[in-house]
Order: sequence, then C-alpha cells, then structure tokens
Amino acid sequence: MSSLDTAKDASNVMTRKRSWHWLEYAFWLAAAASVFLLPSQHALLTQIAIWSLFALSLDLLLGYAGIVSLGHAAYFGFGAYVAALFAINFTGEPVTGLLVAGVAAGLLGLVTSLLVLRGTDLTRLMVTLGIALVMYEIANQMSWLTGGADGLTGMPVNPVLGFFPIYFRQANSYAYVLVVLFVLFVVAKRIVHSPFGYSLRAIKGNPLRASSIGIPNNPRLIAVYTIAAAYAGIAGALLAQTTPVVSLTYIDFQRSADVLLMLIIGGTGYLYGGIIGSALFLVAQKFIGNITPQYWEFWIGFALVVIALFARDRGLFSIVERIAAWRKRGAKP
Amino acid sequence: MLRRSFLAALAATALAAGATPAAAQETVKIGLIIPLTGPFTTTGKQLEAAAKLYMEQNGTTVAGKKIELIVRDDAGRAENTARIAGELIQNDKVSFLAGFGLTPLAMATAPIATNSKVPMVVMMAGTSIITERSPYIVRTSFTLGQSAVIIADWAAQNKIKKVVTLVTDYAPGHDAEKSFVDQFKSKGGEIVESLRVPIQNPDFAPFLQRVIDAKPDALYVFTPSGVGAILMKQFVERGLDKSGIRLIGPGDITDDDVLPGFGDAAVGVVTAHNYSTDHPSAKNKEYVAAFRKANAGMRPNFASVGGYDGIHLIYEALKKTGGKTDGDALLAAMKGLKWESPRGPISIDPETRDIVQTIYIRRVEKKNGELYNVEFASFPDVKDPVKAAKK
Repeated sequence: MSSLDTAKDASNVMTRKRSWHWLEYAFWLAAAASVFLLPSQHALLTQIAIWSLFALSLDLLLGYAGIVSLGHAAYFGFGAYVAALFAINFTGEPVTGLLVAGVAAGLLGLVTSLLVLRGTDLTRLMVTLGIALVMYEIANQMSWLTGGADGLTGMPVNPVLGFFPIYFRQANSYAYVLVVLFVLFVVAKRIVHSPFGYSLRAIKGNPLRASSIGIPNNPRLIAVYTIAAAYAGIAGALLAQTTPVVSLTYIDFQRSADVLLMLIIGGTGYLYGGIIGSALFLVAQKFIGNITPQYWEFWIGFALVVIALFARDRGLFSIVERIAAWRKRGAKP
Repeated sequence: MLRRSFLAALAATALAAGATPAAAQETVKIGLIIPLTGPFTTTGKQLEAAAKLYMEQNGTTVAGKKIELIVRDDAGRAENTARIAGELIQNDKVSFLAGFGLTPLAMATAPIATNSKVPMVVMMAGTSIITERSPYIVRTSFTLGQSAVIIADWAAQNKIKKVVTLVTDYAPGHDAEKSFVDQFKSKGGEIVESLRVPIQNPDFAPFLQRVIDAKPDALYVFTPSGVGAILMKQFVERGLDKSGIRLIGPGDITDDDVLPGFGDAAVGVVTAHNYSTDHPSAKNKEYVAAFRKANAGMRPNFASVGGYDGIHLIYEALKKTGGKTDGDALLAAMKGLKWESPRGPISIDPETRDIVQTIYIRRVEKKNGELYNVEFASFPDVKDPVKAAKK
C-alpha cells in the first residue's frame, strides 16, 4: 500500500466522521421545534442548554484530551462575573458580552493551563480543584465588586444585536441560548475532527508515543485547555444573561462536580454526552424533585453507580450502542 | 336502556367538565421555593414544616377559596429559584411566591415578582436591601441589622466599653460587623479590633489569641449558625470564659436548631434575636409543642417562625381582599398588618413592607438538661435600622 493511499484513507475516515448522522439532524430539528412546541418548559430547556454548553466544554478536555478537572466552574463563574460587570459598566448587548466573557475566560484558561499540565491525573485533579477554590475565595473577598455572598444584581440585558429582545421573553431567551449552543457545537465538532483533534486523542491514548511521532504535546494541551475555558466562560455568561443575579454558586465546588456528573452520565468523547447528561440530570432533578425533593439525589447517585459499572466510556449512550451492536449481530447469523 | 345510561354518562361528563373550571377558580396556590437539598437543607426543612403546620392548624379554606401549597426545591441556587418562580407563575398559576432561604435567591426572583405582579413573601433571607428590589416583596423574617444594632445598644447600656468584633469573612458577616460597629461607637463604645475569619474551614485559635491580648470587655461574634459551635468550644478551651471576656452577638450563632449540640461551652453567651424556642408566651408554647409533635421532636428555630408567619400573612391578606388574588390589592392588604406571632407581637411596616418586631436579649442557659436561649430583656417595635438610617 502506497503512502498516497494511506493519506487518502485517513482523509476518508476524517470526512466520514465529520459528516452528520441523520440522528444528529433529527436531534437539532427537535431542539429547534421545542422553541415552538414546549412553551411551558422554556425555562428548564434554557438551563439544560446552558449546562450542555458547559458540559461540552468539559468534554473537550476530558473526552478528547484526557484532562480530568474538578474545578471547571472557575472559568464558568469567571465568565459570568465578567459578562455581568461588562454589561453594568459598558454595554448590555448580550453577544458582545459573550465574546468578552469568552476571551477573558480563555485568557484565564491559558494562564492556568501552565499549572494544570504538570503531572498526572491526580495532580491535575488537585490543581484544578485548587484553582476553583481560589477563584471562589477571590469572588467572595472582592464583595465591593462582585457582591460577595449577596450576589451581583442590576445587570442590564439589551436586545440581542440590537433587535431581538430576550429580557423577560422566555421563548426568545431560549432561542438565543440554543443558537449559541448550536454554533459552538458546530465549531467543537470541526475542532475534534480536525488533525488537531486527532492529535489530542493520540496524546490521550499514549503521550509518549504521541510525542515520538512528532506531536507537540504541551502546546496542543494548552490550546485545548484555553478553548475549553473560553467555552465554559461563554456558558457562564449565558447563565448570567438569563438569570437576574450572579452569585457565588456560579463558581462553587458543587457546580464543578455537577458538570462532571452530567458529562459522565451522558458519556464522554462524542460531544453529545454533555447534552444528554445535563438533560437527564435536570429533568430528573425537576420531576423526581417535585415528588420527593429530598431524595432525587439518591436516584442520581444510583444512576451514576450503574453507569460506572456497566457503561464507563460513553455513559448511557454506550448502552444504546451495545443494544444496536447486539441487534446487528442477531440480524446476520 | 343502553342509550339512557349513555346520555346519563354524557350529562355527568358535561357536569364534571362544567364543574372543573369553577373548582379550579376556587383554588389559590402558594409556591414555596426553599432549599431542600444542598448545604442549606435545614433552613428549608424548618420553613416547610412551619408552613405545613400553619395550614394544618388553620384549615385550607380561606375566604371561600381552597389553599394549595406547592413546595419546590431550589438547592440554594439562584438560577433554580428564578426558573422555578417563573414556572410556578406561568404553568401553575400561583398567586403567591414564598420561601427564599438566602439573599441571592430572593434577589434573583425580585424582577419576576415585579413583572408578573405576584406578591413575594420572603420568609428567611435577611439582607436589608431585598425589600427595595420589588414593590411586591414583603418580609416576615428579620433583617441582619435588627439584631446587630440591638445587641450594640444592650452592650452600651450594660457597662461594656471595649469590644473586639470577629465575623466570618463574607457579605452578611461584613454587614453584621458594620451595623454593630457603627451603633456601638455612636453610643460611646470603643472597638479595639475588628477581626475577620475565612469562611472555609475556620480555625479560631490564632484569632482568639489576639482577643486575649486585646483584653476587651466583650467579644462580638457573627458566624453562620453551624460554625458557632467550633468557636465556643475554642473560646472555652483557651480559657476566655474565665478571663471575664463576655461573648455576645446576633442570635444566628446560638440558632435553636443546633444549640443542643453545642455543649456547656455555650452557657452564658448573650445574643439578640427575634425568636427563641424558649419564648415564654402561651402562643409559643402551643406552637413549639405542635411543631415538635409533627416533626419527630425537631426544635423550631427563627427560620420556622418566618415560614409560619408568612403563611399567616397570606391568609390574612386573602381574608381582607375577600379571596381576590390581584397582586396590588393583596399588597395593600398586607401593608400595616399586625398580629401575635409565636415570637411575640409583629407587624408589616406599611412604608417599607419590612417586618417590625420585638428583639429580645437572651442568655444561653441549661433547662431540664437542654440548652436554651432564655430571654431576659426586650426592645419592642424594632424596624430595619439600615432603611431607617436612610431617611
């Protein structure tokens, strides 16, 4: 086999992976339809879309680059505070706010990535946790700026791009969040199916071999960490724009832990895991919570144990995959 | 025969269909949004238990309407509170929002109350500014300043001249420090030192050493309720209780809910607050007995009376409007209401929609083997000092 063929094969694989499955079209069409069909659930759907974006950003780290993080809320919360303060002091136009928050969180990611990328998984867990705790304490201490434990209020929310009002318009606000999620999802899909994305997976699979075939490990990891931080910052900014207050819970440990839970429930490494996981998590929280508010956490814990035992890599999705594979085997004996 | 029964069934269906909207109209819903999971669960439990107790004691029919309580958990997160409030108004058509365990949770909901003109009864959160965030907010709990200012007054009147303050380093702590310091200085007292301890894993030992060195007459303390126990233990361990330094503060540090677990170290601590489980009125004795019976012996604390009185306020407002659920009419009905609560006489300030109540000075004592905040002095009709100072 000539090297030309190999290159062609590789490019075929990449094109095939990059193209869209019909299920994906169906998923996004259903999401768009929900803007018109489920008006009573818009508030919940908005929250799901924001958590999805946050989980998607963690998936870029964990699912593709193999970086575990227990402090991803640091960038989420930072983005939220930046968006709120920018809106209060400069302009309340939401898209500008998203860009500013994304750039700011990305810069924070760039700087902190130098700390995170040292050492092994355990070190990274501790360092990311530490960064989030430090950010939390800074937000708490600077209460003259952030409102501290009382929260930051009074953020103006102007119409998107000057013509699409989202303030107190539940449907518009959901549509706005969904469009942002979709755009960033498409970008993420391009990223992970680019040569850059494949190099990340190579690093995740075996860092030594990756560097011996000429992949610059650290610059690649720094790049993906920065991108993921920017994504998280934009997710935080979206939450700030759709909730009348930014508080310390935007940046607390619980949020870092929850997003990790959601991603693992939905499964890592195929981009939809965060969306599926956050939808399941929040729907379960709402509907089980309405019946027995105290015990919904029990069921989340139960689901987590089941997934850890039977479907480690791709969460609930791998159960679907297994069933599909089993049926295929059954079809041709 | 068959046809007749079919017609009868049809008629019955039509009747039922006709009756359902009428019955729905007769129901007034209250959306109670509280933290039932996460770090503030105990507050949520107290509020829910008290609200349910009030409805059990006073029936669920008011001014010809059936009252329905919808309880929702926000896990202490502002974005959840705002979302749930919106859903309750839009989907469940509630006529009242109630609960709100923490300041940001109330702040996040304020614009929603304004926008939909639904009365919002704050049963717990204590920052002064909350009631100014919407003309539809009424508060039945307390404000942080009420207790902090009163304990400063009491200290000044009781030969306490030099005080060291020690607060947890977060926004409510800063408020508690400022309210106390301003008031105590204006009464001629001296603040020797103001200490702030971090909110995470506090160790008070180094701070207490500085207190010993400063030799004040009293140490003024504000911490979140659970942390108070650690402080008091270290206070006794380092012998400060024998050095003549008194421990004073707002009543959060000797929260009735957790006080029994403090041990004898807490005996003698003097605090100011709006409610004590030990409040010696017939109304309160009955309240405490019923509350403990319904909740496996749990002690009602200051959060619970906020919930109990909040539902009372809603009931009374509905009686005054004759069951009408128009937001402005309900607000007008709530302003100026006065009643006897388990904590004593209280009223809603018609100008600020904030609570006016008696603040008691209490000393922790052992009664029948259990620790209680025993009241020994009282300051009646205390308004929110922060708003009063603005005038």
